Amino acid sequence: MSDPSKEWPLWEVFVRGKGGLSHRHVGSVHAADAKMALEHARDTYTRRMEGVSLWVLPSAQIVASDPGDAAALFEPAEDKVYRHPTFYKIPDGITHI
Amino acid sequence: MDALATYALRLGDDSLILGQRLGEWCGHAPALEVDLSLANVALDQVGQATHFLGLAGEIEGKGRDGDALAFRRDVMDFTNCLLVEQPNGDFAQTIARQLLFSHYQELLFAALAASKDARFAAVAAKAVKEVTYHATLASDWVVRLGDGTEESRARMVAGLDWMWRFADELFAMDDVDAAALAAGVGVDKAALRGAWDQRVDAVLAEATLDRPATRRPVLGGRVGRHSEHLGHLLSEMQFLQRAYPGATW
Repeated sequence: MSDPSKEWPLWEVFVRGKGGLSHRHVGSVHAADAKMALEHARDTYTRRMEGVSLWVLPSAQIVASDPGDAAALFEPAEDKVYRHPTFYKIPDGITHI
Repeated sequence: MDALATYALRLGDDSLILGQRLGEWCGHAPALEVDLSLANVALDQVGQATHFLGLAGEIEGKGRDGDALAFRRDVMDFTNCLLVEQPNGDFAQTIARQLLFSHYQELLFAALAASKDARFAAVAAKAVKEVTYHATLASDWVVRLGDGTEESRARMVAGLDWMWRFADELFAMDDVDAAALAAGVGVDKAALRGAWDQRVDAVLAEATLDRPATRRPVLGGRVGRHSEHLGHLLSEMQFLQRAYPGATW
């Protein structure tokens, strides 16, 4: 692990908790390729029955927004409460909303 | 012990000793992810051992439970095959052992799941899913290391060469096996050899490795004739229960 260039690339791991739910980002693993990434994801993140399906994707493939642009990107939404669907009553017993 | 109790004991001892061996990697594997992956396999094996040793004690009917069988027997009383007690060596040697054993265990449990004895069948049906993954994992690593760099290939060849002479014992049938088979409980292990050869040969071919040269097989584990390695393993595994009998937490 002393030479970073020899480390396996990083993969992001997404787990679907159960049928009907979305895959959720849970963390990352190092792996040489996609097959190994799936095995490592399985062994690292689904040891306690956390999931029924796994996605892995190379971290390098993620295109992220620039934190420097955060003000322009996200702050304009702050005063637009009318965009929140907060005026509906949610029936009892509805979860995952 | 009668034949069925011994049969359960052997299954339990195989899983227990391999689980303990793999546990030695904990904190020492080449990468954090591999550390977890080996520990998972180890825990699966220890779980199987818990079931099979508990069953052995139940059939024996002398009040010994799984813990008593695991922690309060001496080396000559262990009935595991010699393969699982072999030292970890380097990562490739560990993977070589896993390849040979997991493919055997998958075929064995798949057949044992059809046992007339529901207790054996239930453990095997659950465990076959675990060991199917172990076989895949080991196969993948053999291909990666065998068809990898010059160094990884040399290590994989050396690892397979170390383990190969212990493969025949997996399929050897003695009186205990014959009695268990005749009772409709046990598996005809000799009949698994063809499928095992095919699977292992396919992995070796994908890994661009030759099958190791046939050597005189080493037998004896089933009747308690073990290598020196097992005693050292037990001295560590059994230390706590030997020093503090009955200790729990």
